[in-house]
Amino acid sequence: MSTLVAVLAYGLADGAILALAALGFVLIYKATSVINFAQGEFLLVGAYMFYTAFVVMGLPLLAAVVVGVVVATIIGVLVERLILRPMIGESPISIIMVTIGLSSLLRAVVQMFYGTSPKSMPKILPTGSVNILGATVPLNRLLVILVAAVVLTAFTIFFRRSRHGIAMRAVADDQQAAMTMGISVRRIFAMAWALAGVSALIAGVLLADISAVDQNLAAFGLLVFPVVILGGLDSVPGTIVGGIIIGLLKQATASYWDPGLATVIPYVVLVLILLVKPYGLFGETRIERV
Amino acid sequence: MSTEPVPAGTVLAGGVPAGAGPAMLTLNNVEVIYDDVILVLRGLSLQVPEGKIVALLGSNGAGKSTTLKAVSGLLPSEHGEVTDGSITFAGQDITRMDAAERVKQGMSLCMEGRHVFEHLTIAENLVAGAYTQKAGASSAEVLDEVYTFFPKLADMRNRVAGYLSGGEQQMLAIGRALMARPKLLMLDEPSLGLAPLLVQEIFGYIQRLNAETGLTVLVIEQNARRALEVADHGYIMEQGRIVLEGPAAELRENPDVKEFYLGLGDEGSRKSYRDVKHYKRRKRWL
Repeated sequence: MSTLVAVLAYGLADGAILALAALGFVLIYKATSVINFAQGEFLLVGAYMFYTAFVVMGLPLLAAVVVGVVVATIIGVLVERLILRPMIGESPISIIMVTIGLSSLLRAVVQMFYGTSPKSMPKILPTGSVNILGATVPLNRLLVILVAAVVLTAFTIFFRRSRHGIAMRAVADDQQAAMTMGISVRRIFAMAWALAGVSALIAGVLLADISAVDQNLAAFGLLVFPVVILGGLDSVPGTIVGGIIIGLLKQATASYWDPGLATVIPYVVLVLILLVKPYGLFGETRIERV
Repeated sequence: MSTEPVPAGTVLAGGVPAGAGPAMLTLNNVEVIYDDVILVLRGLSLQVPEGKIVALLGSNGAGKSTTLKAVSGLLPSEHGEVTDGSITFAGQDITRMDAAERVKQGMSLCMEGRHVFEHLTIAENLVAGAYTQKAGASSAEVLDEVYTFFPKLADMRNRVAGYLSGGEQQMLAIGRALMARPKLLMLDEPSLGLAPLLVQEIFGYIQRLNAETGLTVLVIEQNARRALEVADHGYIMEQGRIVLEGPAAELRENPDVKEFYLGLGDEGSRKSYRDVKHYKRRKRWL
């Protein structure tokens, strides 16, 4: 029983972070049809930006968060403008190659400035633990789940209710029709990348807080792929469900079976689910009237 | 303008239609080239007077849709470009204006094939249509107006647009275009793929909009008979230029129009479609 509670807490925390990281990926794919292989590196860059503001510059927590968000937004917009916009109209495979290149570039830039050794950052979330049903559960995992839930809810409300959120979904649906409404497709593309940068920053900071600020953050980001393929490449709710499933699977495999298998199992389940649901669990099948 | 001989009964294109108010939209000798090589509009001139319904007719590939895209600034997304001439809207030169800015200036385009946002609900489609409007009381007012005008949409506001019928989608597309509070509404084939009864309904809405709110309308149609019934003025296009224009009532009676577009013989008898086609192939205006 206590193992189960621990697995749930750790798994949900991992899943929540994965959902946040995957959200950025899905936003970019939905709005601009770009498959962003650099999403993991966005986490890495986000965490290092926050580290710079919080530790190196010594800003208070709230100011560091604001600086991080602003810088993440700027990076997102710059990547769109300088790297992806010239690629509009190119074949998907070239665009994928460009984002793979971007991922190496971002990792190299981080290494250039910060080196490869882990950085120590004071913990933001409280480090104590609570006792739930006989299991000792670290408090920070629970808070990670809470923070991620709040951020994901905020994003969902943004897409359902706000003018810009609806405009983003409109562009994802039909770019030309959106243009006839006076929606600037370029601005929406920039917005998608900026939001992806911000969600990756939050995911990166949360992840760094429960692990460490080092190069492994990008490796964790690689798990975004099973998450989004599981949830459906273009589904926001799918990222949440996909994230939770992958997070729980990883932790359950590690504690009930073998820690070494924990990195493999998500991909095995991914293949099994794709055999049954090729669009992922929530992927949008095209609506066609006959 | 063209120096080629024009058939009798043709007013020289580009002049102000007789008895009309000030022009809302003027195209002057507009030339459009796609991909730097494909010449689609070759010196097209037309005028849409304020408060009128103008119909732009012509066969497939005449350049009707391209004309609307040039007016609404959508050409760059299709590698097209206005290479010559000018487009004036409400006294302002908009030839090189950004598409979003044109919507703000007061024109809305209803694209061919409706193009509703399929995964969004009716209500969300309408919100997207009001993107250029500042949120607040006034845009809620427009939403109410649209719902009053199309009560069917109000009843189904939370339905996903992709699952609506063709007629409902066309209503939604028009309603969505109205959300931007246009002075000029452009419709590209609103009757496409609709049953005759629905076509009548849609054209009824267009007529009511024009009569009740004074909205200026430019409509493209294959269904020449229906379009000339509701329009005040008509233009007929062929191969990228205007070949015939006049008050809609006059065009309806024009023997050439009757024969080419309405499929009627000299004495008003219905001609066999095969003969019309054959005749068309031999004789063109240009």
